[in-house]
Amino acid sequence: MLGKLTWNAIPWDQPIPLISAAVVGLALIGVLAWVVIKGHLPYLWREWITSVDHKRIGVMYITLALLMLFRGFIDAVMMRSQQAVAFQAAGYLPPEHYNQIFSAHGTIMIFFAAMPLVIGLMNFVVPLQLGIRDVAFPTLNSVSFWLTATGAALVNISLVVGEFARTGWLAYPPLSELQYSPGVGVDYYLWALQISGIGTLITGVNFVTTILKTRARGMSYLRMPMFCWTSLASNLLIVAAFPVLTATLAMLLLDRYVGFHFFTNEAGGNMMMFVNLIWVWGHPEVYILVLPAFGVFSEVISTFSGKPLFGYRSMVAATLFICLVSFLVWLHHFFTMGAGANVNTAFGIATTVIAVGTGVKIYNWLFTMYGGRIRFATPMLWSVAFIVTFVIGGMTGVLLAVPPADFQLHNSLFLVAHFHNVIIGAVLFAAFAGLTYWFPKAFGFRLHEGWGKAAFWLSVAGFYVVFMPLYLAGLMGMTRRLQHYVVPEWRPLMLIAAAGIVIMCAALACQIIQIVVSIRRREELRDETGDPWDGRSLEWATPSPPPVFNFAVLPNVQDQDAYWGIKQRAAESQGTASEPPEYRPIELPRNSATGFVTAFFATVTGFALIWHIWWLAILGLVAAYAVFVKFAWRDAEHYEIPAEEVERIDRPYREKLEGALGIQNSLRSLL
Amino acid sequence: MSTAATHFRQTDPYKLGHGHGGGYSHRYATGHGEGGPASKRVVVGYGFWIFLLSDIIMFSAFFAAYAVLSREFAGGPTGRELFDLRGTALQTAVLLASSFTCGMATLAVEQRNQKWTQIALLITGLLGATFLLLEVREFTELVERGAGPTRSAFLSSFFALVGCHGIHVTVGLLWLGTMMAQFLAKGFRENIRHRYLCFSLFWHTLDIIWVALFSLVYLVGSLQ
Repeated sequence: MLGKLTWNAIPWDQPIPLISAAVVGLALIGVLAWVVIKGHLPYLWREWITSVDHKRIGVMYITLALLMLFRGFIDAVMMRSQQAVAFQAAGYLPPEHYNQIFSAHGTIMIFFAAMPLVIGLMNFVVPLQLGIRDVAFPTLNSVSFWLTATGAALVNISLVVGEFARTGWLAYPPLSELQYSPGVGVDYYLWALQISGIGTLITGVNFVTTILKTRARGMSYLRMPMFCWTSLASNLLIVAAFPVLTATLAMLLLDRYVGFHFFTNEAGGNMMMFVNLIWVWGHPEVYILVLPAFGVFSEVISTFSGKPLFGYRSMVAATLFICLVSFLVWLHHFFTMGAGANVNTAFGIATTVIAVGTGVKIYNWLFTMYGGRIRFATPMLWSVAFIVTFVIGGMTGVLLAVPPADFQLHNSLFLVAHFHNVIIGAVLFAAFAGLTYWFPKAFGFRLHEGWGKAAFWLSVAGFYVVFMPLYLAGLMGMTRRLQHYVVPEWRPLMLIAAAGIVIMCAALACQIIQIVVSIRRREELRDETGDPWDGRSLEWATPSPPPVFNFAVLPNVQDQDAYWGIKQRAAESQGTASEPPEYRPIELPRNSATGFVTAFFATVTGFALIWHIWWLAILGLVAAYAVFVKFAWRDAEHYEIPAEEVERIDRPYREKLEGALGIQNSLRSLL
Repeated sequence: MSTAATHFRQTDPYKLGHGHGGGYSHRYATGHGEGGPASKRVVVGYGFWIFLLSDIIMFSAFFAAYAVLSREFAGGPTGRELFDLRGTALQTAVLLASSFTCGMATLAVEQRNQKWTQIALLITGLLGATFLLLEVREFTELVERGAGPTRSAFLSSFFALVGCHGIHVTVGLLWLGTMMAQFLAKGFRENIRHRYLCFSLFWHTLDIIWVALFSLVYLVGSLQ
């Protein structure tokens, strides 16, 4: 009846997962109880869970990402503390638990922290920057989000029901085959990624269509903000790379569930084919994460330098160059496979060539700052730290791209330090820069600068103290994923890294305090004009938070920095030229529970498949089809906001804005 | 040049390449350049095309796996011993015919002709079901002869690749049934026609993939 699921699936003898699960479970129940008792449930259902508004979905993505970032960070703290104490000793984490932790850390950080952070920012920002009302397929957007949440839920359920994979975050066979991983850990991994991967693929389709087909009038390709360009490149990569992940994981599933021989040792299977296929997805995935990060920095650096982005066209070219070449370098993840000198050389050269595109970007950012009137607000600080950190990470990457050097450094802590250097230094820093930058747009008030700066300095310091010693340890021969070790030379480095993670804990505390303080002082941090940073692109041309329809009247874009141009023209005309626009009724997509219900059944089906509860899996699939039909059958897809209502919402903002522009003009005339 | 020709040039009545959105001159063609958002039909069709491209990439991964493993017989039967080209030719004929009837259905939808839409779609569905039946029969025969997917890596990749196409056809049939019911219940409403556009794209894509399957797997395989 319940397949492989029994009471023994819960790790009664392991206190750490049990206690942490109990705490998380109690917290969840507490929050749910509070929501229900306070009567917030209808509001949550109406305004968030069933919302198809890209801004709401973006905020939900980022909330999910921050929760998962927290979970992944706890895993990191456990690994660093284990390696600090496990010198000639067993430490406090037994090997089978430690292996689950590093696997879960990687899986969670990439798929359920970094990806939702990036996709959340794209969701919130791209339609606003393009000057439109929503993405091309709003309901599918909601489906994407909830399928991602399904994947995250499955990974977290594995903490208490059963186990997670002990195979590392990419589950290489033959270790991940049934013979060597007979438990449900790998199945949790596979189904969580399959389901959330479908969500990501839909996101890719959605955003490529949105950016290529639904821009505001006048927004030609070379007037798009850089964040839209990098989002386009990133989503093109999603569309081209995620299907390969789906296929690869499907093959491993077939091996595990029905005895196929894709990657087995027996019957002609080829395990290196898995490694090839997974990196055909995996390397573009790196750029799926980092390209939008580049976009964030481009926006932030240009805004806080008070200058248009230097070398805009070369930036576009470099982005698309990286987008293309990212598919030609996958083999550098396993030079040690032994493909031969010629193949390794070709991939080594392709890898170093990517650094040229990235170099173009670095110089463009530097020259954007050069001669600018720079304001060192928190987002700008993150950006400057990124440039320095990323150059270091990029250079160690070029080092690893040299095959003979890689034979020495492969799977060492040098590699671990390198990819954390680029992922934290670019993606995470960009996420924090972007969150601080766009937070006032989303919620109507700025984040507290003081606590933001404290968090920034501690994060950067913590990052360097953790990861620079790991480079050294790697050069000294320490391999990754060690549960314990006996080499005395490595010990001091592990202790320094552990000290670094304490600094990062302090940074995390500052981040949390920053949010609490900002909410409490929201009145004094209020953004009245919708343009708190003197921004350049269209998202600042609308109130903070934007109304559900984003723009009362769709903008007609005339410049590369669209809003900057509007402000310039208004300043020249002393703000008198703007006449009240002609308001028209606005059609918007209706809320839909499709995403949530689909994800519910996806979770049920995924869980059933993991535990071999076949009847439940079939039930879940039938239900999914029923949801599809139900959704297809609805008659009213849209609702209309009448013109008077649009005017009522828009007029006060417009008056406020004209006042603010007036002030700005008088200030300008004084200077 | 005659006046008619000049007139044609000036007005371009068919708006070739720019015919969606209505009324704008060349400069303001919607959906690309500076013309503003494209029409719903273009957005839906374009998005679905992007999805289909991603689907084709997924198949290409299965093709790649088959290419790598196609000679890993592990002492078991080879393609030459297993493949029955006559059965496969029949499958191909049935599937291609179903694409033709799907095209007929598209014409009937354009004409808003309920009867012929239903008839053409029904035939499409029956042909699709026949194709599936033939495939299931082929698979059962192979398994009965001891050439199931667990026999060798070659057979694993063969069953996965062909089976993946079969699953797509199955999903297509479910979709087709839903589509027919929708036409009956809702008529030729705009959004239903958009869905039908996607369905027909999907169905034709399955044909394209089958052509690759037939040539690269069955034809090449039966030579080995």
